[in-house]
Amino acid sequence: MAGVLVYSANQGLALELITAARKIEDFVVAVSLNDDSLAQALAAAGVRTFKISNPNLVVGDTGAAAAAIKQVLDKENIDTVLLSSDRRGKELAGRLAQAIGAGCLTDVTAIQVDGSKIECQRNALGGATIAVQYIEGPKVMALRPRSYEAAGAGNGSIEELAAEIKDTGIKVIDFKPKAADRVNIEAAEILVAVGQGLSDEEKLADVQALASKLGGEVACSKPVATDKKWLSEERVIGLSGKKCKPQLALLLGISGQVQFTVGIRDARVIAAVNTDENAAINYMADYIIQADLHDVIEELNEKL
Amino acid sequence: MNIVVAMKQIPDLQQIRIRNRKPVLDGVPSALGVIDKNALEAAVLLKEKQGGKVIVLSAGNEEVEETVKEALAAGADEAFLVLDDDLEGADGSTKAMVLAEAINKIEDVGLILFGEGSGDNYSGQVGSRVAELLGMPQAAYASSIEINDSSAVITRSLEDGDEILEVSLPVVVSVLGDINEPRIPSVTQILKAGRKPKEVLELEDLEINLTGLPEIMTVSNLAPETDRKQVKVASVEELLQALRTEGVI
Repeated sequence: MAGVLVYSANQGLALELITAARKIEDFVVAVSLNDDSLAQALAAAGVRTFKISNPNLVVGDTGAAAAAIKQVLDKENIDTVLLSSDRRGKELAGRLAQAIGAGCLTDVTAIQVDGSKIECQRNALGGATIAVQYIEGPKVMALRPRSYEAAGAGNGSIEELAAEIKDTGIKVIDFKPKAADRVNIEAAEILVAVGQGLSDEEKLADVQALASKLGGEVACSKPVATDKKWLSEERVIGLSGKKCKPQLALLLGISGQVQFTVGIRDARVIAAVNTDENAAINYMADYIIQADLHDVIEELNEKL
Repeated sequence: MNIVVAMKQIPDLQQIRIRNRKPVLDGVPSALGVIDKNALEAAVLLKEKQGGKVIVLSAGNEEVEETVKEALAAGADEAFLVLDDDLEGADGSTKAMVLAEAINKIEDVGLILFGEGSGDNYSGQVGSRVAELLGMPQAAYASSIEINDSSAVITRSLEDGDEILEVSLPVVVSVLGDINEPRIPSVTQILKAGRKPKEVLELEDLEINLTGLPEIMTVSNLAPETDRKQVKVASVEELLQALRTEGVI
């Protein structure tokens, strides 16, 4: 092991990876693929940056991205890679791992170096457990966004590298950015989350009013977004949604399946409103009211 | 053109209990991954439009032969299984080599579908590994798939927007859990599932060398400690009081 390579197409996440990589080794290199501003940001964070520019390299072509990064790894004789565990990064992780004969762990929330082992913490069994695992041999690890602070300013460098990229038969026809009214529930200090206990869509206005009064955001369990489509997916808490660490999570009508609770168990204070006194959520709440959530919302809106 | 759907047998997550922070897997029945069923449904819908066969592919222990019937009932035409006790709990690199080698034995494959992540591990790496092994293009997190003659148009949903790709076939695609609503098989379909063709291989039937692969070592795997207060409050007023004392409102 001689150094760590970091790569993310997302600049903010790439800077977080640098912080994580420095826990492993001082020698950190970074890659940018057809992205000048990313290369500059990486160098400004103090790492040696390989800037690959090649018109055949299409964003969204995971195979080509893996091939390009592999060329840097081969050249620098590096066999430890940190990627971001956003969707692009997670997709790339498996491909790059296979290309370099590495083991791969994704959705890593923390790394701990123990001698030559890089122990990775990640959810397992659908979020029921937290596994601590390490890879023997070459390794690709994808870190969940916001697991580490972004690296500060430093004195890095940029080297241009010509990479050979084969045409892999992928064309990007279009990219439609998501609507501008984006909400970031992961950044919210207070979350008011609703589950399937909410009786109908109109009641969301009261939930929103409550969240506004508390200075927080509305979030939900997965079925509220994907089955009922009452809220957008960016508000989903859980294994396939967001992992949130608010100061307060007020959970309304959520039963507490592990696929949900994995996304909120790091909250400082959890309050749960549920009609079922045996609901699983009650075992991981600090304060529990056994009551109809609609009444509780109404009363909270009056009193706040 | 045939469509291969890779499906993973996992423990039924709803039935896993935690005892002394350890997961208890004894006696937990097996099931197919939830998002894998979305991949199967996507395959069956494409087949209904343009013909060909849907072949469910799975590698695991011998129970898979029984578990996979659910997929045959829900519209798969055939099953291709690699069964070996050594495959139980095998990691991504092993599984990918087995699946890729099996796909090489299936004729006229145009599309290989995965769920975006398995229900238990959700690591999402096997599809990408298989694409690399087979030298195929890939597209993960698909929210729609359209097949034209020799190419596919795939919309993939990323954090910041939808990316629409045109990809030449064959291609490896992983689908999102909300791409469709998987059908529920009828009783007749369930009864007929056992009679659908199945090809069953063992590990030694595949020309692959599984030695020397990188290994994932597990130090511990425990349920997180919960030290929540679990205080029952009788009224909204009392709740507000408690939250004020905590300093969170």
